Amino acid sequence: MPQTPSGSPARTGDVLLMVGTTKGAFLFSSRSGRGSWEADGPHFPGEEVYALALDQRGGAPTLWAAPGSPFFGATLRRSDDLGATWSDKDARSVRFEEDSGLSLQRIWQIRPGPADEPDLMWLGVEPTCLFESRDGGDSWAPVRGFLEHEHRQYWQPGNGGLCMHTIVPHARDRDRMLVAFSTGGVYGTDDGGASWTPRNNGVRAEFMPDKHPEFGQCVHKVVHHPERPERLFLQNHWGLYRSEDWAASWDDIANGVPSDFGFAMAMHPHDPDTVYIVPLESDEFRCTPEAKLRVYRTRDAGASWQALSKGLPQEDAYETVLRDGLDTDSLEPAGIYFGTRSGHVYASADDGDSWTTVADGLPPVVCVKAAVVA
Amino acid sequence: MSRATEVPRVRIVLPSQLRDLTGERPVVTVAAGVSVATEASVAETFQSLRAEYPGVYERIFTETREVRPHINIFVDGADIRWSGGLETPVAPGSEIVVLPAVSGG
Repeated sequence: MPQTPSGSPARTGDVLLMVGTTKGAFLFSSRSGRGSWEADGPHFPGEEVYALALDQRGGAPTLWAAPGSPFFGATLRRSDDLGATWSDKDARSVRFEEDSGLSLQRIWQIRPGPADEPDLMWLGVEPTCLFESRDGGDSWAPVRGFLEHEHRQYWQPGNGGLCMHTIVPHARDRDRMLVAFSTGGVYGTDDGGASWTPRNNGVRAEFMPDKHPEFGQCVHKVVHHPERPERLFLQNHWGLYRSEDWAASWDDIANGVPSDFGFAMAMHPHDPDTVYIVPLESDEFRCTPEAKLRVYRTRDAGASWQALSKGLPQEDAYETVLRDGLDTDSLEPAGIYFGTRSGHVYASADDGDSWTTVADGLPPVVCVKAAVVA
Repeated sequence: MSRATEVPRVRIVLPSQLRDLTGERPVVTVAAGVSVATEASVAETFQSLRAEYPGVYERIFTETREVRPHINIFVDGADIRWSGGLETPVAPGSEIVVLPAVSGG
């Protein structure tokens, strides 16, 4: 059994890089120069960790993780000391009601709410549903308007399961939120979660007879910048899109990328025109094109894309970066981070212009989240 | 309650991963069902376990009251998949064994 982790030594101002794998979570910390990294882990050895988050709204940081045992199911755990200790694994607070006909398979997303509501949080789970907590994560309930949606019977799982992987609360209007799940696509509410409608106009579904159905798209990730809340970017199962009207319509922005298939997408922390993706070659092969590991960046909201490869392997790099495997920190210049299914983790401390290796030899990486410890 | 009307108890052997919920005991005894008048089933016996050892049931069963996919349950050595599932009868003195399956990667 691996050595028991002692918790991250990260202090105020350090970058905490949270890496979820199929065999546990690892915490890497670095001073703001981001030149070297101190590792801690694995936490939850043997359990998959698809969701991690650092919630700093309440003052002291709270680290959240969603480990899932292949035998005993998924749990939500919290740590108030950056992983030195974790809450009770048997507090199964995230559960469907026993007469719902649904059982929790996996927690895909942990989303703290707005800064002025520190007790409000959301989870995206599989089978697809949005859970909400209004007591800082002590208790959870499914958002009923989504749980009982009339389309539920038609939603179908993708290869990763019927997973809600994206939660986008509107930056200024508390009644508005978007979620995305595979397969179903983007859905939105304008009434605080009471009702939800599909928002997939313009997003294609290559695997359907009707390439532009109302819903059923296999959306892989949606990002946005709070300074420009009506604008969204979307990485689809085939297709790159931007919306300027809060998902009422979507326009193709796959301009000059080697493939518009991919999973991961991340928003620059300071520039609402800058987005990062990692294109993959076809939905059959699902590896980096030409065996070159390249992150692509747009600085003009998708009008053009630039390959970023300095420091990344450019030969025999058959890599896959999954939908939550790419993230940014909030520093200037921004730190960009990603992990691959073959267990490599890379970091850039200069907006993506150059890259260094944080870790090799990890289990398959399924989640990368970065934060500056407050 | 006299001995004649006591609900019989059965042994449940639990895997090491669940023993933190039983005071590190590998074997617990629970009521087999709710009365001596009715033949207990596996489902009823696990409801007794749920009442007597909170938390164990939720790690073995999903919210839809199904055994988790990679968990196996044996009654007196027989896998309940082929002996009646959760309706498999549990006789007084029976032993139930819970084991993680040989699966995963």
